[in-house]
Amino acid sequence: MTHTSNRTISDAVTAETIATAGLVAPEAVARYAVGLGDDALILAQRLGAWIAHAPELEEDVALGNIALDQLGHARSFLTYASSAWGKTEDDLAYFRDESEFCNRQLFEQPNGDFAQTIARQLVASVYFEGLYRALSHSTDATLAAIAAKAVKEVDYHVDHSVQWLLRLGLGTDVSHERMQRGLDAVWPFVAELFSPDPLSENLEGIAVDPGSLQADFDRFTQQAITDAGLTVPTAPAARGGGRAGVHTEFLGPLLAEMQVLARAHPEATW
Amino acid sequence: MRSSRGLSHVHAGSLHAPDETMAVRNARDLYTRRAEGVSIWVVPASAITASDPDARGAYFESPQGKEYRHATYYTESDAVPHL
Repeated sequence: MTHTSNRTISDAVTAETIATAGLVAPEAVARYAVGLGDDALILAQRLGAWIAHAPELEEDVALGNIALDQLGHARSFLTYASSAWGKTEDDLAYFRDESEFCNRQLFEQPNGDFAQTIARQLVASVYFEGLYRALSHSTDATLAAIAAKAVKEVDYHVDHSVQWLLRLGLGTDVSHERMQRGLDAVWPFVAELFSPDPLSENLEGIAVDPGSLQADFDRFTQQAITDAGLTVPTAPAARGGGRAGVHTEFLGPLLAEMQVLARAHPEATW
Repeated sequence: MRSSRGLSHVHAGSLHAPDETMAVRNARDLYTRRAEGVSIWVVPASAITASDPDARGAYFESPQGKEYRHATYYTESDAVPHL
């Protein structure tokens, strides 16, 4: 994942600038950053599967751009986290097993059809937008810098999801039904995003309290879903536990595909 | 696509989109990946009136042999520097 040319065209924080800055993240901050990195990494891997399969060529690129933005966030968080243990981002991404990943379960849910992907992306992007906006005020300067860069990208991801939500919700009978079904499929995983995060405890001023993000999330998604002529689902919450390494049956196969090359050929570069 | 303030928009490419709003977003995704622009205009193909490719001769070859339309016959004056 080595790529150094970013620094020549911008001074924005990247995984490379973090890796070369000689920072060492405190252990608790690193564990919190792993959770943030895993959320972005797993969703990026999911979205990447749309490339060459999206409804139109333009959407291949749009979803690919979003996936790459999220991969960038994951790389920054995981690079920073790995500094606490003298490791690299690749060690964390490729050489941890399923129970060591602490992403929330929403992000590992399957793509489903395009509408279900949009539903998952709407929830994810609105959540990330609130999270990164708050995290950009963190007293940990590195987390704050990563979040401040990410929030500009996520603003666009929210817009992308909302535009498709409106078009599918207000489109044909079939698109409306599929969009509603997509929302229904992902909604059980919404509650976990705002439940207490064991990794953010004792990080007052550094980490964001997930519960503090829920009111804005509820207000925004309710408005967008209603504007699209759809109904906010009332499904009961899934059991959660992603931050503690508890996952649905969908994460294992995703990791197998994501990790197979790096494990078969350790330290290979391409 | 306008690459910076003060320059004109230039054509960046063609794309598909369900409507104008999505066309701007698709253009952003396709043509601004390397910080190429500060402004995007989109125009539906149906709104473009184009010259006829078969009328190329009448349209574009007529200036041939009319060198007087180029300012090449003037001699430079020694008294005017920086020309």
